[in-house]
Amino acid sequence: MSAKAATAQPDIIRPYGDTTGDGMVQMSFTLPIPHDKRAEGAALQLAAKMGLEPALLVHAKAMGPDFTFFVVYGSVHHLVDLRQVEVVEREFPLLSPKEVNSAIKSRLRRKLVVVGACIGTDAHTVGIDAILNIKGFAGEKGLEYYREIKVVNLGAQVLVPELVARARAEKADAVMVSQVVTQKDAHIHNTTTMSAAFREAYPAGKVPLLVVGGPRFEEGSAQRLGVDRIFGRGTTPGEVASYLVHALATPKEVHP
Amino acid sequence: MKPVLDLDTSVVRKARALARKAGQPVVRLATSHTTVSVERATLRLAGLAGADHERVPWVNHLVDQVRDQVGLEHGVTTPVFDALRRGEAEDLLTLAQKASSGSVSFRLPEGREGTRAQAVARREVARGIRTIDRQRAARERLIKRHGDPRQRPWIYLIVATGDIYEDIPQAQAAAREGADVIAVIRSTGQSLLDYVPEGATREGYAGTYATQENFRLMRAALDETSKELGRYIRLTNYASGLCMPEIATLAGLERLDMMLNDSMYGILFRDINPIRTFVDQRFSRQIHARAGIIINTGEDNYLTTADAVEAAHTVTVSQLLNEYFAKEAGLEDWQLGLGHAFEINPDLPDSFRMELAHALLARQLFPDAPLKWMPPTKHMTGDVFRGYLLDGFFNLVGAMTGQGILLVGMMTEAVVTPFLSDRDLALQNVRYVMNAAGGLTEDFHPPRDGFIQTRARQVLSEAVDLLDAIVHDSDAEGDPPLLAAIADGTFGLMKRPPGAGKGLDGVVRRAPGYDNPATTLLETGETK
Repeated sequence: MSAKAATAQPDIIRPYGDTTGDGMVQMSFTLPIPHDKRAEGAALQLAAKMGLEPALLVHAKAMGPDFTFFVVYGSVHHLVDLRQVEVVEREFPLLSPKEVNSAIKSRLRRKLVVVGACIGTDAHTVGIDAILNIKGFAGEKGLEYYREIKVVNLGAQVLVPELVARARAEKADAVMVSQVVTQKDAHIHNTTTMSAAFREAYPAGKVPLLVVGGPRFEEGSAQRLGVDRIFGRGTTPGEVASYLVHALATPKEVHP
Repeated sequence: MKPVLDLDTSVVRKARALARKAGQPVVRLATSHTTVSVERATLRLAGLAGADHERVPWVNHLVDQVRDQVGLEHGVTTPVFDALRRGEAEDLLTLAQKASSGSVSFRLPEGREGTRAQAVARREVARGIRTIDRQRAARERLIKRHGDPRQRPWIYLIVATGDIYEDIPQAQAAAREGADVIAVIRSTGQSLLDYVPEGATREGYAGTYATQENFRLMRAALDETSKELGRYIRLTNYASGLCMPEIATLAGLERLDMMLNDSMYGILFRDINPIRTFVDQRFSRQIHARAGIIINTGEDNYLTTADAVEAAHTVTVSQLLNEYFAKEAGLEDWQLGLGHAFEINPDLPDSFRMELAHALLARQLFPDAPLKWMPPTKHMTGDVFRGYLLDGFFNLVGAMTGQGILLVGMMTEAVVTPFLSDRDLALQNVRYVMNAAGGLTEDFHPPRDGFIQTRARQVLSEAVDLLDAIVHDSDAEGDPPLLAAIADGTFGLMKRPPGAGKGLDGVVRRAPGYDNPATTLLETGETK
């Protein structure tokens, strides 16, 4: 943002259609009723309740016998107070695969090695595969897709000693473990067993980055479980890759 | 559609010859091995269905038991039907139940005993094959009665709620809105399950489990809708992953009409063992051939994982390999829904012209195949307005190049699972383009040596070069060149050696005297 715009910006704003302060927005939605006059009235009522006043119903179309699709334009009377906007920052910037590769290449000067597995009796590889396999998840390719990341996916039901041995053999920079099954807190137990085993097997300060993923981990419990980072439901490979770069391939001191 | 590209026919012949050369050793490999899933599929044809209280299918129990006791290298059916002849149980189901508790001892019968067991096995498996034959005849009858879609391409829509009972009304609504083909996406991770779940399922993640009962329920519902609409609505599912042969078999038994079935997708994108994949794939394609099912191949995946311009020729290579493997397994041209996709970065100059060139190349290389044209996904950003335009251009390429099956693109791709309105808008988009420009196939002749012709020739020549590199590939173990090529990362960035990957432990080399009545009946076309 330019300095000029920053100084000129008011604290209270409204949406912009074609004139400052007109508050104009457009929206589209479907109501589960047949298309008739009443349906159009219902759409306008919804618009009014959403703060669009006056609202202009510009399009209404039946979608099958039971639904109607609407497009509404209107001036929204809500005001936005920029002083009350709170932004929760991710602790690391989101990078594109290209940026991840070039960061690893320039800072690590070798491939970043990730060893992944489902440990214990957990056979649900969905999570680890979504992150590691090239097929990926949510339209993002998995870590295998990254030229500068070497992925060793050990699959399901891997024993902790086996994981530690493989991590050492591969000189893993990061170890990634997925835990879906939560019966009797198996995910917690497996994770602490794993982190303890790594701390025992490696000299202090040399333990690879320990990353755990699963739908049922509490946010902020990483330290308690002895791991570096926990990822929850809906995490994409890109987020994990960006985190790895942040944790492993970012200069610790930044000189402005 | 008349050929509009001046392709050098000798180059086309060379490309096919190379694909054959790359494929043949892999077919030899496939015919000298079996897998747990091929054996389970054979038992399913013999009528074994259902699962225990932990939902482990009986076919899994029986195959595991036989494998533990006498191995699978002679095929599962000989020891199984021998045990039935010896009176170990009165029927297959009871035998599987007894075997699962370890109270059946299997043996490999020899001489006359062996011949008799094999004759019974053949008689029982033939029942399943005849069910598939009957289902094929039923489909042909229903198509005659209700009719095919009036237009080409057929309009292909996806439903995926995770709950079969939600899927059904959605699928029926989609058909009423104009869909000709309904695909039920599978639950994430099903491809890596080494068993087929049982029964009607209501819980899936980003899709619905492929089960025999789900297949049956959906087909029955779409039969009703076909009657209502006067148009036969086709049903699609996925014969891929570790249970490819079994799912193909269930599809044949329950009259599914199309199946996603790619020759290398599982290897490259799911890290399934290459040998497992090729063995399973051949069996599943033989079933599809018999069942009159149209396969859909997955070339779109090459374009979403690599740059769609640079990797355009990998699509052609994969199509040629898929064609070779499909025909070898008995599929006919009309059953080859070879895939390709509209995935070029729209910010590139001439991106639309390149899309046209690539689509025409596929059209002309496979003139009698119902090509499957896949919509943009990679460059759908969340800007739904731009996405809608992009889908319009995708539809236009489909209309101008005579594609066979058009997967309808959603403007909310990569945003949300499509709203009801998204699907309606998407279908309006398709209808507008088909209506306005469907006839363009008549007028559209890219000029000789113009941009489109030149680009198509370039892609074809790159494909020939890649095929040439594949057939000359090798590894230390002396594997077939195609396997060596898959192992060293020739396809994209994935290196998949034949001695690794999921499902490897389910691969068994056939012994002399291996018997599988299903394979015999599928290869000879016999019914008894």
